[in-house]
Amino acid sequence: MNNKIYEISPGFEEIMPKDYRDLVNDGPFGKKLGVKDLGTFKELLEEHPLCAGCGLALSKRLILASLPSPENTVIVGTTGCSSLSFAQVAIHNIHSIFGNQNAVATGLKRALEIRFPDKTKDVVAMGGDGAIGDIGLGMVMHSWFRGEKFTTIMFDNEAYANTGGQESGMSQKGAVLNMAPTGKKYAKLPMPEIARDAGCVYSASVTPARPKRLEKMVRRAVILARKLGPTYIQIYCPCPTNYKFKPSESLKRTRDMEKSGAYQIKEYISPAAEELIKKFEEVK
Amino acid sequence: MQETNYRVINGPEGYLPPAAASMGVVLPDRGQALIEGRIVAEKEAMEKIAEKLLSAKNPYFFPGPLILWAWNDKAVEKAKAIKELADTAGAKIIPMSDYRPKYPMINPAEEINPNHPNLTIWHNKIDVCVFVGVHCHYANLALKIIRGGTDCYTIALCANYGHEDAMISLRDVHAEEVRNLTAVIKKMKGGK
Ligand code: SF4
Repeated sequence: MNNKIYEISPGFEEIMPKDYRDLVNDGPFGKKLGVKDLGTFKELLEEHPLCAGCGLALSKRLILASLPSPENTVIVGTTGCSSLSFAQVAIHNIHSIFGNQNAVATGLKRALEIRFPDKTKDVVAMGGDGAIGDIGLGMVMHSWFRGEKFTTIMFDNEAYANTGGQESGMSQKGAVLNMAPTGKKYAKLPMPEIARDAGCVYSASVTPARPKRLEKMVRRAVILARKLGPTYIQIYCPCPTNYKFKPSESLKRTRDMEKSGAYQIKEYISPAAEELIKKFEEVK
Repeated sequence: MQETNYRVINGPEGYLPPAAASMGVVLPDRGQALIEGRIVAEKEAMEKIAEKLLSAKNPYFFPGPLILWAWNDKAVEKAKAIKELADTAGAKIIPMSDYRPKYPMINPAEEINPNHPNLTIWHNKIDVCVFVGVHCHYANLALKIIRGGTDCYTIALCANYGHEDAMISLRDVHAEEVRNLTAVIKKMKGGK
């Protein structure tokens, strides 16, 4: 496989749908574009079916624009609201059974290293809080214990939104949801700390209200995972449908969550990661 | 050895047509091909393909990612040969650029998707179609759906071992074999 996979065979240029021609001509592949360039290139996620104002859709758009090498990245997704929009993502992606994403990503990353020993292929496991913090937690943590070299990104909407609004381990204490009418009885899982303690060389939490910060974290996480080991990012993804606020208020809610301290921006960097970050951020 | 009376003919065969393989249809050996589930000589199948394409009202080629994307020289060569073949046969082309399950956002006038190929066939009133450059499992899926829900006659030009679920299937088809098929069509056209 080489990057010619993104060139159209001669004679078929006009026959290919416009969307594909636009991706080839104006997409981000091989061009090192980033969040600040959004709106100037053909994006990797368009026309998704998620609810209006969904923080997950915005976060995914930002993540895709932040990937250091989208043409060499494979995403492993899993069941949940986010999975509904993977069909629209113009980048290699795999859907895994609910919670299996880190197990599948492990096999994939190892296989890619064997198949393409001279190339850098990034694997990013993405899932909601249910897939990463609850149902798939065993597989997530064991991939961290084993030191697997890929990034895990959690879309943290603090609920099982796709199935009508059950509480998840990531819901805040007291959160009242459609199917948790008396309020959640225990605290939000401390996933960034769990990730750090389980062996992630880099663990961070952020919100889509800070696109540049998010971009920096995604790049750090993906690049560090190539050399050092597992990395983790948690992104707050407000869910207007289940938390019952107006879609137009998603970003305001995100900022309010930050201001009140209910959602904290964090970044844990291991000493080895710190060293490496200095090198690649200086080079830039 | 082939021992079945099951015929792989155009549908609609109903919501869940059986996979031809499960009905006893086996893949051809080198030099052979399949016509409606029966093993025949490759030459016979080529002539039948030419006949089907030339007598069709609205024939279409559905090239897949393996030839649409210029990922190696062989793909580019085969793509050129397919373009020439389609032009020679007077067939139009609708690409299968990738396999993302885009329903219901697919534009059936612009592209075909293996998960709902029937939409493209219905929309364009296609009576004969040719699959080429489509990864085998996606070709199998699409061919079965087409047989299940449409009356389109399917032809598969496969670079590997062929497809039981296509009405006519050639195997080991690369650029050279595509050009041979073009020559058969040219000859048949000239002879009319
Ligand atoms: S239910 Fe919530 S998380 Fe799911 S798509 Fe709608 S807004 Fe997004």
